[in-house]
Amino acid sequence: MKILVPVKRVADPDNANKVKVSPDGQRVTSDGLEWKLNPFDEYAVEAALRINENGASGEKLGEVVVVSLGPDDVQTTLRQPLAMGADRGVQIKATDDQLDSSVVAKALKALVDAEKPDLVLMGKQAVDGDSNTAGQMLAELLGWPMATFAMAIEADASGKTLTVGREVDTGVLTLKVTLPAVVTVDLRIVSPAAVKNGKTPDTHKYNEGARYASLKGIMAAKKKPIDVKSLADLGVTSAPVVKYSKFELPPARSGQVKYVESVQELVTKLRTEAKVL
Amino acid sequence: MTDVLVVAELLEGGMRRSTLSAVNFAKQVAEGTGGSFDILAIGEGAENAASQLSGFGARKIFTAEVEGGYVAEKYAPTVAEVAKSGDYGVVTATATTYGKDLAPRVAARLEAGVASDIASVAVDGGKIVYRRPMYAGNVFGYCTVETPIQVVTVRQTEFEAAAESGGSSDTESVSIAEDGAAARVEFVSLESQKSERPELTEAEIVVSGGRALKSAENFKSVLEPLVDTLGAAMGASRAAADAGYVPNDLQVGQTGKVVAPKLYLAIGISGAIQHLAGMKGSKVIVAINKDKEAPIASVADYFLVGDLFQVVPELTSEIQKAKG
Repeated sequence: MKILVPVKRVADPDNANKVKVSPDGQRVTSDGLEWKLNPFDEYAVEAALRINENGASGEKLGEVVVVSLGPDDVQTTLRQPLAMGADRGVQIKATDDQLDSSVVAKALKALVDAEKPDLVLMGKQAVDGDSNTAGQMLAELLGWPMATFAMAIEADASGKTLTVGREVDTGVLTLKVTLPAVVTVDLRIVSPAAVKNGKTPDTHKYNEGARYASLKGIMAAKKKPIDVKSLADLGVTSAPVVKYSKFELPPARSGQVKYVESVQELVTKLRTEAKVL
Repeated sequence: MTDVLVVAELLEGGMRRSTLSAVNFAKQVAEGTGGSFDILAIGEGAENAASQLSGFGARKIFTAEVEGGYVAEKYAPTVAEVAKSGDYGVVTATATTYGKDLAPRVAARLEAGVASDIASVAVDGGKIVYRRPMYAGNVFGYCTVETPIQVVTVRQTEFEAAAESGGSSDTESVSIAEDGAAARVEFVSLESQKSERPELTEAEIVVSGGRALKSAENFKSVLEPLVDTLGAAMGASRAAADAGYVPNDLQVGQTGKVVAPKLYLAIGISGAIQHLAGMKGSKVIVAINKDKEAPIASVADYFLVGDLFQVVPELTSEIQKAKG
């Protein structure tokens, strides 16, 4: 199966408490923060590799192509999935202010038209903008079925359909989609038995989480090709339609934490001071 | 003047209460711009949902009865058709997993931009400005959507449920629009966890447990009595859900549910930023933890340092006593 995995670089979310707003409120400053592969996209890479391999033998069954939109430093971001085992990369050259989810969806649509993958697999959201829209918009532009918030994927033996468990508010909603399709993944897609492909034996369990790149993988990734295209090459001329005028930090919580000494004191405070009991 | 179309969310043959957050948003925009709002009830039980929504001030309620479970590919074309049939400037839904799934698909069909998961709205010189959390709630951005029609999902914890205003709305049934993608997707099942407790995103009190509870049995024997004494909803940290102590749909956080109850008790939860993103909008936050330096202290109002296995049963009986 040919799988396209769009990935985004984000300011390291483990440092998100250090994301700041510039004094004039015009931009979010990520100075001093490291760029990192968006964690949900990393899970998508892992899921794509699992669909395309025999987990027990490591035998490869298909191709995984990763794509990222952004300036030249996204090539660094692309090397990580390549080191994990993806086959090749595509950079769509753009500056960050040229992009919003509608531009991203249009550019990815043009790339899909050229690459003709069987499946687009991506994170449900990027942890910077937190929009959770690009995958759905892409599916609609392509006229493809989609399954968002995937926590389990089972590919049939012929690779023609996927049965996808979606993590929704009210439980798990299962869909069967005929490929080609767009799937966006949630966290639990990287649990040990979440992805099945009809080739890997049922008894095989993956390690929890996305795989680390081996030293060999890192060396190999340096030689893997990254194709560079521009938005214009893909025929995308539109500008972002969602425009930010201002940013601010969330309001601080009202007061400092009060340490209480005992259960009785806590209950009294909740009744008389906070008045929530 | 901006007219708004609200897409209602249906569950078990009726309106899901979360819909009323999007109705509240629509009222605010309609009032701010001098426009009106309509509702589209689409799904199984659309007629029933329309009657439940009739007293909320909508100019009109459209109904589209769809058999079987929800799939976006069946719903999006119909929503888009209804949106195009009127003079709507905004199409909205609540930012539940339903709204987050459906709305962007509708937007792409309408060539509209999306502001997702918004926390508030203001009308400024005829422009609609949305405020939305980003970076796991560590930054708020103010944005406008520069397309003739805009699509917006509304954060349920930030928009109170609209109140009934009386009267009744006219209803009109609309036909289902077909789409090629719908033929390639099949609804298989929805497995839901039934619970007698209030729903996590709607409860006034939430009691969440973390990995420090150590097992599913401890969630039952230690946490549940407190949850039920308070009439609360039960939540959990990602670590506790991942460890299999509770079902995934009880997870509170950036990857789970966003809650904002009057009282949130974080028990044995250290407070990773992803968890804080899901609960720091709560009015009063209580932490019970062995480690007084745990990051949860940065958002807690009250902090009881102690062993939860000792403190929680004591707290349960203290509250029982207080209730008499």
